[in-house]
Amino acid sequence: MNDLVAILDKNGLVFAFMLVGIIMYLSYVVSKRLTNHKIPGAAIAISVGLILAYFGGEKGLASVPAFSGLAFLGGAMMRDFAIVSTAMGASFSEIKKTGLIGLFCLVIGTVLAFFIGGGIAYAMGYTDAKSFATIGGGACTFIVGPITGGAVGASSEVIAISIAIGVIKSVIVTISTPFLAKRMGIDNPQSAMIFGGIVGSTSGVSAGLAATDLKLVPYGALTATFHTAMGCLLCPSILYFIVNFFIH
Amino acid sequence: MKIYGVAILAGCFLIGHILGDFLGHVLNMNGNLGGVGFAMLLLILLNDYFKKQHILKPETESGMLFWSSMYIPVVVAMSASQNVKAALSGGWVALLVGVFATAACFLLVPLVIKYAKSKTQH
Repeated sequence: MNDLVAILDKNGLVFAFMLVGIIMYLSYVVSKRLTNHKIPGAAIAISVGLILAYFGGEKGLASVPAFSGLAFLGGAMMRDFAIVSTAMGASFSEIKKTGLIGLFCLVIGTVLAFFIGGGIAYAMGYTDAKSFATIGGGACTFIVGPITGGAVGASSEVIAISIAIGVIKSVIVTISTPFLAKRMGIDNPQSAMIFGGIVGSTSGVSAGLAATDLKLVPYGALTATFHTAMGCLLCPSILYFIVNFFIH
Repeated sequence: MKIYGVAILAGCFLIGHILGDFLGHVLNMNGNLGGVGFAMLLLILLNDYFKKQHILKPETESGMLFWSSMYIPVVVAMSASQNVKAALSGGWVALLVGVFATAACFLLVPLVIKYAKSKTQH
């Protein structure tokens, strides 16, 4: 038993690949069989990750010796690298077609989520600028939260909350989009781009639009990708700067 | 070769981080400000340029696409290595922020769509 733990610990990253693969597989099976794709497999897998982390320590499940590789695979370097690569799905000439209004959506969506998220956190006792910015970032997407938290030096506790917020948002968006799309007026590429730009949450938007109208998916996902970039750009810089100016 | 794509990606990543670090120093704040965002913008512009010039080989592109398909798995590993026990003490914050932030976005969407549609009709 000790030998097994030693081998897994020594080859931590490889074990993490296998472990995450298994979690993903089971989550997608659950998504398909039990929820009929209503809750996206990605959202289930992320929730499973958070649940598993509960049984660990300060570094979540990665605090348990054999699982230390998770901290590397899910660490800042690998995370940022994978996130940057998702920009491959977006094209600058496509977003130019939506023009200024697309840019407006990205900015207003980020700022709105940031201050509502941070404001609620502030009202509930997270009164320092770092927590305000991190939770506000989490209200954009579950990527922006931890990146903001890492940049401003927020505690792991607050970063975990920001991820949980992003996951909750992704689940709500996925489930409610098909029911609300018509009422919101989402029926052509441009409106899908506006939707993705304001809401962000790439997994939620793409899964939600897939259940609404498959043709709209790339357009919504495109601006949602930009939303994450905009959040990563604004939250730890200008927006944190503004918050830091008013509260310390 | 696939490694070319990975190398381009790594280059964008590093330049973005250097820019973010530089911005952090300029604004006198510790840490990296928007480095990931800069890297993404750089990759978008570069990818656009490559496509226009038709110089991006599918093999090179697949080196980059592999990492973008690793995005969710990496996020799963990240969530598995968070301090969730501590976060649960603030569980209501997560739920309230998640619900209200999403609701606010959903209320804003139809307003902007209406505005955009009225503009294109005129």
